[in-house]
Amino acid sequence: MENFNQIESDLLNKIKGISDRNALDSVKTEIFGKKGIITELFKKIGSLDQSKRKEYASKLNALKTKVIEILEKKLVDFDQSEINKKLKNEKIDITLPGRTYFAGKIHPVSQVIDEVTSIFAEIGFSVEEGPDVESEYYNFSALNTPENHPARDMQDTFYLDRSKDLLLRTHTSPVQIRTMLKSKPPFKIIAPGRTYRCDSDQTHSPMFHQLEGLHIDKNVNMGHLKGCLYYFVKKFFEIEKVRIRFRPSHFPFTEPSAEVDIGYKIQDGQIKIGEGDRWLEILGCGMVHPNVLKNVKVNPKQYQGYAFGVGLDRLAMLKYGINDLRAFFESDIRWLEFYGFDPLDVPTNYRGLSR
Amino acid sequence: MITSLSWLKNHLSTKANLNQIAERLTEIGLEVENIKSSNGNLDNFIICKIIKSQKHPNADKLKLCEVDIGTGNLVKVVCGAQNARDGLFAVYVPPGAIIPKTNMKLKVAKIRGIESFGMLCSGYELEESSDKEGIIELNKKEKNIGDKYFKSSGEKIMDIAITPNRPDCLGVRGIARDLASSGLGQLKKQSPIKINQKFKQPIKVSIGKEKDQGCAIFGSVYIKNVQNKESPDWLKKKIISLGLKPVSAIVDATNYVMFDLNRPLHAYDADKINKEIIVRNSKKGESFQALDNKKYTLQNNMCAIADKSGVLGLGGIIGGARSGTELSTKNILLESAYFYPSSTRKTGKILNIDTDAKYRFDRGIDPNSIQIGLELGMCMILDLCGGEASKFSIIGKFKDERKTINLELEKFSKVIGFPITSSEIKKILSSLGCSLKMSGKKIKVLAPSWRPDIKEDVDLIEELARIKGYDKVPLINPEKGNIKDTLNYKQKLFHFSQRSVASKGFTEAVTWSFTDSKADVLFSELKNEIKLSNPISSDLDVLRSSLYSNLMISAKKNIHRNFEDLMLFEVGPVFKGSKPGEQSTMIGAIKTGKYSRKNWIEKERNFDVFDIKNDALRTLNEIGIDNSKIAVSNKTKKWYHPGRSGLLSLGSINGPELAYFGEIHPSIIKRLDLRTENVLGFEIFLDNIPKSRKKIREVKPQFFVSDYQKVVRDFAFVIDEKYSSGEIISLVKKIDKELIKTVKIFDVYQGDNIGDGKKSIAFNVMLEPKDKTLSDKDIEQISKKIISTVQETTGATLRS
Repeated sequence: MENFNQIESDLLNKIKGISDRNALDSVKTEIFGKKGIITELFKKIGSLDQSKRKEYASKLNALKTKVIEILEKKLVDFDQSEINKKLKNEKIDITLPGRTYFAGKIHPVSQVIDEVTSIFAEIGFSVEEGPDVESEYYNFSALNTPENHPARDMQDTFYLDRSKDLLLRTHTSPVQIRTMLKSKPPFKIIAPGRTYRCDSDQTHSPMFHQLEGLHIDKNVNMGHLKGCLYYFVKKFFEIEKVRIRFRPSHFPFTEPSAEVDIGYKIQDGQIKIGEGDRWLEILGCGMVHPNVLKNVKVNPKQYQGYAFGVGLDRLAMLKYGINDLRAFFESDIRWLEFYGFDPLDVPTNYRGLSR
Repeated sequence: MITSLSWLKNHLSTKANLNQIAERLTEIGLEVENIKSSNGNLDNFIICKIIKSQKHPNADKLKLCEVDIGTGNLVKVVCGAQNARDGLFAVYVPPGAIIPKTNMKLKVAKIRGIESFGMLCSGYELEESSDKEGIIELNKKEKNIGDKYFKSSGEKIMDIAITPNRPDCLGVRGIARDLASSGLGQLKKQSPIKINQKFKQPIKVSIGKEKDQGCAIFGSVYIKNVQNKESPDWLKKKIISLGLKPVSAIVDATNYVMFDLNRPLHAYDADKINKEIIVRNSKKGESFQALDNKKYTLQNNMCAIADKSGVLGLGGIIGGARSGTELSTKNILLESAYFYPSSTRKTGKILNIDTDAKYRFDRGIDPNSIQIGLELGMCMILDLCGGEASKFSIIGKFKDERKTINLELEKFSKVIGFPITSSEIKKILSSLGCSLKMSGKKIKVLAPSWRPDIKEDVDLIEELARIKGYDKVPLINPEKGNIKDTLNYKQKLFHFSQRSVASKGFTEAVTWSFTDSKADVLFSELKNEIKLSNPISSDLDVLRSSLYSNLMISAKKNIHRNFEDLMLFEVGPVFKGSKPGEQSTMIGAIKTGKYSRKNWIEKERNFDVFDIKNDALRTLNEIGIDNSKIAVSNKTKKWYHPGRSGLLSLGSINGPELAYFGEIHPSIIKRLDLRTENVLGFEIFLDNIPKSRKKIREVKPQFFVSDYQKVVRDFAFVIDEKYSSGEIISLVKKIDKELIKTVKIFDVYQGDNIGDGKKSIAFNVMLEPKDKTLSDKDIEQISKKIISTVQETTGATLRS
């Protein structure tokens, strides 16, 4: 029988001496090729005596497996050293910037509209809209604003054509009228939108945004109004404790009317909502005037409810610490990028309003 | 409305201090806006420091100063003084203040294109010196910034915001009555006067009988042998605290009564009245010189107070210079009248006059206050100036239209949410001046003559609620039930599309709904622009008919600041007409400048049409329209580059318009002075986006994958240039819709070696068999079919 130990050590020596892939390939042929050393040894099996055949074959197989293993390891080593060599030459300055990409932003007003919609959705309000151009009837008369009310003055309202009594709505309240006219009570709606007044200085802009709220049902009283607005303010400013003050006021379309103030303080030059002993007016509200209900053919003896109007731009300013209202509409790219929101920041009530 | 504690105490016995009173006033709906020293207007003058002073960009002689006024924010002020310079301490006054010398109210003004918020004062303007040239130079320190320039003296005053429904609180007594009703003291009784009025008022007074006569009652008293003079100190201080300027004892007394009782009075120099007082409607063209030194020319039917020589003044609005009192005045006629709100309002609007008296008549004066006004005014004048008073003459009549209001006890708790007793109702309403008749749970109420706002039961309920206190209203937590879906389809689309476009790298702008007609017309197909009657400025004079006008104006401002690579968009209304509802919702997006700029890793390149086309397509895809439903054609609008723009429409090229996209017309870019070579844009008609019939919850069609190898083959043709790539693609796709998965253009070439009017177009076709592996023969067959179809349909030749 062959001396397998001798053969093995010869083969291993041969393999040890291999220095590159080409040499490895030729050694492989030398061993496993058609006339390779191991191939030849296998050919012998048939001519062996039955008694020796088994032992021979098992030794030969063991040798074959070992050699293959070693050769494969050698191959992996060669690949690895090749890669290592390549890696050595493939160093880049990783601090260099990458390719151009574009990150857009959502305007704070749009963000706040999504936020308030999410909040009111949770307590059963749905969203209604109305046109930006309104008639005096929808904007004033139907809302119980008398012919000679100061709000109707030319200096407050943009008119399109005086003779036709067309104007740019001065508030979102005409949406109340349109909503109630087209359907039947109960009503539970909010209406965010653009509003317009002839006013331009540091705190007024000729266009701004309002959110109208209206809830009419059989037993809706001022306590519901209070509860709704508490809920809203707490959710919107994302604070647990909040000081709110309801103050009697006057609007032609509500009776009683109230203005709502929210407590705040100035800390380190920043406004902190909810705490402190200062008051900031944030919205107007009240119980819908019976005359308004009569105007939309809702029986005030059966139905009553509340309405409110909030300045959305102002809410955005308070929540996000924005100082100048007019900058909202100046489209300075630096401002928009600074105060804007990532399009993926979609306010939801399950994930939260803001990150 | 301004008042002080001492003035209130003339009408109210109370132990409360100023802060308690201020707090209570706010609680009952008379909001105290601030408490300040009684310097009146003078408190507005503030010590400031000029931080930076530079030349006004549009005027050589003006300076633009950034001024520290101690609020934390710097204020921009345009100033004409040559001595305005960095680091100078000066006197600043904000818009709204009245300048002592000129008595003019300061407004925010655009001075040569730049808004000036307030003014830096000269010694002349403050009546301190005659120096008109330069501003006052102060020797102050940093810590003085924000301090008042005029030292304050005397007691504190409250500035109360009076809502338009409460004319009665435009007088101190009305405020005192509300306080008393709320339990903070007792309203003092007005003591009867004891003046010996011996003679008859000698000047004849008549009120015209015209249908729309603006005067209902005219009361007057004649006081002879007065000695007009400067007011005593106490009165002067009161007048100053109201923000008014002391004039003379007689004028100051009439103003005092107006603010004390909300009862405007007017004093005439009786010797200057030509024979008699005639209250009559004016005739068009009549004119008079008013006490504000302006000449007013009247229209028909204004309420004129006239004599035999013509108009003396406008009833309830302003007196005339001709009959004005002076220090030398010897005999006066004191007027206390009732003018209808509709009359003063209409006249004031036409002539653009606003006075303290008009403000009060507009809101409604107590028609029963004629006599008491005459009494108090007369007494004061007699006290201050001596003289002898006539009997009162009161002519005319006021039709009292007050009605009894039925109030049911339960209604209060039904509306307000907590109960009230009938004895509380009685106490509160009678303290406010109402007369009541109680019978069980039904209460009959007559509102006082000074409360024109109380008309029905809810008005009374409001009175009760505010005096009880809104803090008593219970807090009822909201229920969570939904009546209907929060957003409808269009609203969802609106909100989603904002985020869709922003996710492509565009920054959202919110711009005015109005714009500059000069820009709007460039992007408009309207026959008539939609003009505003009273625009805020001439460059915001029309409603926008496109989102592009304002986006371009915004881009221009940014580009001029050297921010030249921009992607802006807006989702909002555009207007098609001036009637309600003649508007539609659009997405407008623009990009300008370079996709990439001087950069180590990329080639520099401008944004181009295919960038914006992708943005438009991807947005449409995201809002629910599949690419297979979108047809692209070269239909365009006049504001696009005619050769580099197109239309995306639904279904076919004649289907509903979804979006236009392309390069903005170069002549518009030039016309608007955008200072860039390229602006790309798209406009999506959100109103044309159909509601998807598919719902997410619906089952999707069976998922199918082919196990067989896909095959890709390249083709190149030389073809007439009139054929678009889109046409070739759809032509090839139609050959075998099952087998041909995609057709991709990989090269388009026009120029040398290709004939004139021709182009070379190369594309590859991906074949994806469903039921077997394609044989060479199969591939050969379909390739031949593709070649022959393209050749036969377009006359193209195969390119080798």
